[in-house]
Amino acid sequence: MLIVDNDLCVGCGLCEDNCAFAAIEVVDGLAVVGDTCTLCGACVEHCEVEALVLEGAEKNVQMDLASWSGVWVYCEFRAGVLASVSLELLGIGRKLADARGVELSAVLIGSHTEETAEKLIAHGADRVYRADDPALSFFTDEAYGAVMTKLIREHKPEIVLAGATAIGRSFIPGVANSLGAGLTADCTQLDIRDDDGALLQTRPAFGGNIMATIVCPHSRPQMSTVRPNVMKALEADATRTGKIIDVSLDPAMLETKVRVLESVISEHDDVNIQESDKLVGGGRGLDSEKGFELIRELAKSIDGSVAASRAVVDSGWIGYPHQVGQTGKTVAPKLYIACGISGAIQHVAGMQSSETIVAINRDAEAPIFNVADFGIVGDLFEVIPKLISTIEGRRKS
Amino acid sequence: MKIIVCVKQVPDAKDVRLDPETNTLAREGVQSIMNPYDQHALEEAVRLKEQLGGEVTVLSMGPPQAEDVLRQAISCGADHGVLISDRAFAGADTWATSYTLAKAVEKIGEFDLILCGKQAIDGDTAQVGPGLAIQLQIPFVTCIQRVREADEKELVMERMMDDGYDVVAVKYPALLTVVKDLNEPRVPSLKGKMRSKKAKIAVFSAEDVGADASCIGLAGSPTQVVDVFPPPPRGERAMLTGTIDEQVAQLVEKLAVYL
Ligand SMILES: Cc1cc2nc3c(=O)[nH]c(=O)nc-3n(C[C@H](O)[C@H](O)[C@H](O)COP(=O)(O)OP(=O)(O)OC[C@H]3O[C@@H](n4cnc5c(N)ncnc54)[C@H](O)[C@@H]3O)c2cc1C
Ligand SMILES: Nc1ncnc2c1ncn2[C@@H]1O[C@H](COP(=O)(O)O)[C@@H](O)[C@H]1O
Repeated sequence: MLIVDNDLCVGCGLCEDNCAFAAIEVVDGLAVVGDTCTLCGACVEHCEVEALVLEGAEKNVQMDLASWSGVWVYCEFRAGVLASVSLELLGIGRKLADARGVELSAVLIGSHTEETAEKLIAHGADRVYRADDPALSFFTDEAYGAVMTKLIREHKPEIVLAGATAIGRSFIPGVANSLGAGLTADCTQLDIRDDDGALLQTRPAFGGNIMATIVCPHSRPQMSTVRPNVMKALEADATRTGKIIDVSLDPAMLETKVRVLESVISEHDDVNIQESDKLVGGGRGLDSEKGFELIRELAKSIDGSVAASRAVVDSGWIGYPHQVGQTGKTVAPKLYIACGISGAIQHVAGMQSSETIVAINRDAEAPIFNVADFGIVGDLFEVIPKLISTIEGRRKS
Repeated sequence: MKIIVCVKQVPDAKDVRLDPETNTLAREGVQSIMNPYDQHALEEAVRLKEQLGGEVTVLSMGPPQAEDVLRQAISCGADHGVLISDRAFAGADTWATSYTLAKAVEKIGEFDLILCGKQAIDGDTAQVGPGLAIQLQIPFVTCIQRVREADEKELVMERMMDDGYDVVAVKYPALLTVVKDLNEPRVPSLKGKMRSKKAKIAVFSAEDVGADASCIGLAGSPTQVVDVFPPPPRGERAMLTGTIDEQVAQLVEKLAVYL
């Protein structure tokens, strides 16, 4: 319950201004809470006279938190490839484990994982739980979920991280739900709280307009999916040592009701735009599918991949896997070059956490310039070819 | 075919933003809309009903106003609307939401298929669909981009992956979450609009669905929000000046570290 202390409330309206849900309103000089309140706490945070209190009904079941220890990272492996976010997770996982004074373990699930376990150790893991079986060559929520859930129940780690990828965001929610564990989606920052060692999980919400920090006060493990490209991987260190544990798999665990008939890897190798650290985004300003070729050329010249606004995807110039934004993918590359994109809030929601944003648009008033670090006002058919030749000239010299 | 579609009422993203000057939320006339992904889930449910027969029930958990999205769904072809609404649900995270929706599904009774959007655009978690499937102990598949074949027993579909797509088959009962590429939602027909006005929406409380008080709302939520703040401001933007050639040259200089 959100409780208003009428003696303290001065009716200043700060709570009203800060409510994303229009759920609190000043009536006759006092704050009144409405039905749409989600108890997010934004108003409590902003109240300068401390007139608002969130009264958390205490959870009846108190877990023995101290019996959970260690940081775990799910390392995604598919069709012979280790997802690059896995190494980033080991980087942040190492930091968290050191801050807690505990071990860092990696969970590797798949088939023909070969040397991958050693690689995970070189990148920071103290221990690798390896579940390698032909039945795990295709991803299924059921089998992957069963392996992960079993391991967590057996070993009781305090923290479990996974990439916020198609796979991570599919089966990890099922695992967390089975365990009754808290799971925070698509985190961009993770820290350990000094006073109690809790995991502080920070993530954007409302399409990146608001950041929220989330904790799991009375349950373990604390679970997060983490946005690719945000955390830093450690340099590989071949001298590091660790233990590889082969997980024994009960055949019943690997049976699934969902059958994978075929796995189609896109012939364009650049569909996985979330992993790419340089993206060139094209919008309706490109005029036609042919215009879009310019975007591909520019992307090629910087070894980047191609992204697009929804308008372009809807026009059929490029496939949906390339769409960035609220109803597409969220990306955080080092460099995002937006060409002929107006910068509608729904598009910006998907790319505003990029490190550097460049906008090329002939309309100086286009909202994309509000999030850009560098802007060129001009006709992209003139700007982009020049940009490509300048970049190529520079690379040659 | 009995199909349940979970729909959520969300604030329209374009209205929710922090005013850079005052650092408060500018929410002038925040409109509530049906979560965009859920519109695609609904459309697919109505298409399956048209192909295979049966009925579509739309289910929402939210404040009394969430009735609006249920009526909207009925105008687009759903048959029944169920709202679960209770002050005690406030503060629910994805675990508590999945639990509560599962209780409501049990109350609704038999079903073959549950459809959810991939994610809700307010929380962007994509966790409720899989969570609901686990609570109901049925298989789930996320991010469906195409239904290839559907009959009375089984669905064959494409699920979007980061590197392409997988073709998967699943028998009923099952839960699916869908992405935008799946279909083009229809606009309500005049007849649909008339029907939605007259439709009776069933409203259930926590007690009506037999929800355990320790599993709903804030009490039932393993995660808790402890801080909400504006995103760090981006650095000063630089509008480049000079002729296009000069601007391009400056830009390439600035981007040197990435090239
Ligand atoms: C529920 C919902 C969800 C949505 N989700 C998404 C999403 O996930 N992703 C997304 O991108 N959008 C999304 N949208 C759509 C979004 O609102 C915009 O319509 C879309 O992003 C616009 O795409 P655009 O910038 O390419 O096109 P436009 O808005 O048409 O902009 C084209 C720009 O190109 C410039 N231009 C034109 N010609 C030239 C030239 N020769 N040289 C230089 N500049 C030129 C113009 O000045 C203009 O600024 C969503 C909308 C809704 C309602
Ligand atoms: N309160 C709710 N009522 C009904 N359906 C919901 C609710 N919250 C989430 N959902 C469903 O779960 C999907 C994913 O939501 P989320 O996990 O919140 O991103 C949505 O697209 C809806 O289909």
